[in-house]
Parts: sequence; C-alpha cells; structure tokens
Amino acid sequence: MGMTMTQKILASHASLPSVSAGQLISAKLDMVLGNDITTPVAINEFKKAGFSDVFDKDKISIVLDHFVPNKDIKAAEQSKQCRQFACEHCISHFFDVGKMGIEHALLPEQGIVCAGDCIIGADSHTCTYGALGAFSTGVGSTDMAAGLATGTAWFKVPSAIKFELSGKLPENCSGKDVILTIIGMIGVDGALYKSMEFCGEGVSSLSMDDRLCICNMAIEAGAKNGIFPVDKTTLKYLKGRCVREPRIFEADKDAEYEKTVKIDLSQIKPTVSCPHLPENTKPASELSDIKIDQVVIGSCTNGRMEDMEAAYKTLKGKKIADGIRCIIIPATMQIYRECVEKGYVTAFIDAGAVVSTPTCGPCLGGYMGILAEGERCVATTNRNFVGRMGHVKSEVYLASPQTAAASALTGYITTPGRK
Amino acid sequence: MKIQGSVFKYPDNVDTDVIIPARYLNTAKAEELALHCMEDIDKDFVKKVQPQDVMVAGWNFGCGSSREHAPLVIKTCKTGCVIAKSFARIFYRNAINIGLPILECPDAAEEIQAGDRVSVDFDTGVITDETTGKTYKAEPFPPFIQNIIKAGGLLASLKKE
Repeated sequence: MGMTMTQKILASHASLPSVSAGQLISAKLDMVLGNDITTPVAINEFKKAGFSDVFDKDKISIVLDHFVPNKDIKAAEQSKQCRQFACEHCISHFFDVGKMGIEHALLPEQGIVCAGDCIIGADSHTCTYGALGAFSTGVGSTDMAAGLATGTAWFKVPSAIKFELSGKLPENCSGKDVILTIIGMIGVDGALYKSMEFCGEGVSSLSMDDRLCICNMAIEAGAKNGIFPVDKTTLKYLKGRCVREPRIFEADKDAEYEKTVKIDLSQIKPTVSCPHLPENTKPASELSDIKIDQVVIGSCTNGRMEDMEAAYKTLKGKKIADGIRCIIIPATMQIYRECVEKGYVTAFIDAGAVVSTPTCGPCLGGYMGILAEGERCVATTNRNFVGRMGHVKSEVYLASPQTAAASALTGYITTPGRK
Repeated sequence: MKIQGSVFKYPDNVDTDVIIPARYLNTAKAEELALHCMEDIDKDFVKKVQPQDVMVAGWNFGCGSSREHAPLVIKTCKTGCVIAKSFARIFYRNAINIGLPILECPDAAEEIQAGDRVSVDFDTGVITDETTGKTYKAEPFPPFIQNIIKAGGLLASLKKE
C-alpha cells in the first residue's frame, strides 16, 4: 500500500522501506526546538536523568520568545537557565533578545528548517514547518529532553486526512481564513492524532506566509502535523536561506486517506472564531454588532511580513477607533526592521497603534495586552480558550490580520473590504 | 496497580490553558504551579482533591498547548488517574512520558458522575464505579508504551537502554 507524504518522511527517518498508520517507530531528528517556557522543564529532566551531552549542538534550537524581554523576575530566571544551558552546550541556534523572534516565524526565516526534515519542538505550534514540506510536530518537555540527549523520538505513524484545494482566495482573505474555515468544518478534534495533508491545484496560489499560517493551526484541529507539497514557492523560499539541500517527498498515488475534504479557495469568506473554541467559526459579516476593546496583530500564526503588509494597507492614513487599544507585534527582528524601513511602524503609530518587539506575550495571556473582566479582543492569534488572554470572563475572537485591522478602525468586528 | 478515589467531572475539550493558565508559567516548580490546577474552570478542585481522586472528562482532554506543566500539575495534586473519552495527542504523550496514569474509555467517561467513588485497576484496564456498581474496560496501552510506563517514564526507559 502507498504512503502519505508524512509517512514517507517518517519511514526515511526511521530507516525503514515503508511504514503504515498505527505503527510505532523511532525516528532520527533533524531539529529539536524549545522556548523559554518549555526548555527549563526539559533541562531539569535532562539533568535529572543523568545526561551530560547533547546529541548535536547544530540540530538544537532554543528561542526565548514567550516572556521576553523578561516580564518579571521569575521569567528572567527561566531565560537565564536557558541561556546558561545554551552556552554550556555551545548550542548553535540560540536566540536571545536582539536576535530572537517568535520561534515558528524565526526558524523558517533563518533557514534552520528545511523540506524533508523530521522535527520536534516543545511547543504545540511546531507543526508550522509542514508548510515547507517537513514533518514537524509539537511535543512536551520530556520528549524534548529525550531528543536533546538522543536525537531521536518515538512516533505512532499517523493516518491522514487529505485537503484538496482548488481555486484562488478572494483578495480580502488569507491563509488564516482557510484554516479557521477548516477547523469550523471538522472541529477541534477533527484531525486528532492525524496528518492534515494539503494538496491540489489551489496550493500554487497560496504564498509561503499563507501556508505557514495554515500549518501553524493544524494543532487546533487536534492534528499531529499539517503538511504541504514542495513546489516552486517552497524552493524559492528556501533558496538563499537554508544551506541544506531540500529533500522532496511526495505522497504515493495509492496512499490511503481516512477522508478527503475539498476546499474551493474562491468561496472562502473572512472568518472569525468566537469564544471559547477555535471551532466556533462564523463569517465576520455576521458579527458586526460585536463591540471590541482591543486588537492584537501578531503571533506565530500571523506576525509575518504579509500580515504586517495587510495591517499597513488597512491602517495607513486612518485612525484607530476611540477606546480601542491596537497592539501590533512583528514576529521577528528582521520583520520588525523591515516594518521600520518601509514606514509601516510610522503608519501604525500615526493610526494610534503600539508596536512591540517580537513576543508571544498577549497570545497566551502572559503580558503585553492582558484583558480585564468583560473585555473583548479581536486577535490574529490561534486560541480563544477561557482565560487565554487574561480574565476568565474576557473574550478572544480569532481572525485574519485583514479582519483585525478593519475591526480596529471601527471598534466592532468588521469584514475587510475588497481593494 | 490499583487506585480508588472520588470523581471530579469535566466537559469536552478541557484545554491546557484551564488546567494550568499560562500566566503562572514563569516558573517550572511543580508544587508552586499545582496551586493553580484547574482554577479557571473549577476553583475548588485544589481545595477538595484527595490523593487517588479521579478526573473524568469528555472528548479531547488536554487540547491546546504542549505545556508538560499540565499533566505535571494534575500529577502533583496527587490525582490518581484521568479517564476521558479521548485525549489531545500532546497531552497523551506528555502524560505517558511523566507517568500520569490516563485511560481512554468513552462509556465510563459518559456514565460516571461527579462525586462517585471509582476504582481503577491499571493492569487489567478495568474501571469500577463503586457508587453504581457498574464496570468498564478501558483500551489497554500497546506494549511499547507499557514499557515506558513500567520504567517510570520516557527518560528512565531511555537510560535503561
């Protein structure tokens, strides 16, 4: 029987001629990732188990991104522990304040992850790199510790759902609207333990930033990973960033899928996930009476350059509505710098927004935009669980950068216009 | 191994943000974190939970973040076991890796009520609701995972190798 794209990557990394769904394997890892929240737990476990050396200092990334610049003394201690471990083990890809970015925007940007890789990260949104044609999945800190020590991880080979994309997105929609629509269709456990494999002629119309955003939220459907085929867009993106040669895997023609979901991109509408689950989706047009207090544009889901461009196009020369706090967070220092150079930051400030250096802060209710009781936020982030961004009685509405920026101008959830 | 305790019942899609809110994740100290276990959906849990008590929940328990702090705080509260209709995959891995007993059993998770006394036999996967007298059989773990659990977690099993 044929293999899916994910199964082929896993077979290759387990040095097996073939694998099938449900099989337990041990796979070699090309990259092990952790952040300032999950790495300290991994370091403690690594030491407790008596390991002294990491498997490969060039195949480990430690990115301080959740609570940096340090939000308080305890966060500072966690950063310090990561910094000391990285120094002690000469970790090549250690990113501290000044160099850091939100991990899932930073690693692709810096060419650290490549097509065909097998990657684990102690962060659930590690599934992002499937956009580059890699197998990449989120794990916990103990798995990270085991990965640091051995360079391997155990996996149960996943079955897959095929998403066949056709057509082209309307101009007021982006990858975010695609993935929110899909999660609304299949639910927050609709792809539990499975791969979400995207294919079809519609893929070529999606930019790399769209694909990164779509794979990023595969976990919000419960998936083990999301993955796109490698095409011209992928190779163009990798060229000049990644020094390693991309390894291209393709699903077999007779690969088995649990089901096929057809998505016509031209029919996608600006979509919003209402509190308190990402599957509670509605067209933005049905939510125009929802009054908001805050807008956040950023995160590992939507803090990339195209997201900043979308915010800029909507906000330039306009004013954010009275009473609305608008927080814009470019996801990496390179994106931040490009926003400065292109005049986006000036336009954002003139519109009445604040621009923060890269951080995951508000997305998980850490800092930099916590909500009070009864407050509502439209955010380009990825989760709207109870208390996710602050008070248990606050509300988060997930949306695209286009929708978030349009909502900042009116103070209500607003459908972005067609240009 | 057997445990017996009282049931705390929770709905579908209990996420890691309510198991341990991220605002407390500026520390990795389990005892400190455990004071806030479930606080955003059940303020009384930490006050009421007794050693070996059992969490019973619906589909997709532990969805959301990869934070291992989530199974860790449940374990640190001395919870004996979590029974759910299904678990989110990272939570499932994490629970096995750190040695928090979990069982998938949709029927038990549907029928067992809050406050019931429940006993669980991990060797056989048999769950008994002592209050109603009804028994349920959970899916056993594959041998590979049983070996991790027997060794006392993933790292202990790796050290053995």
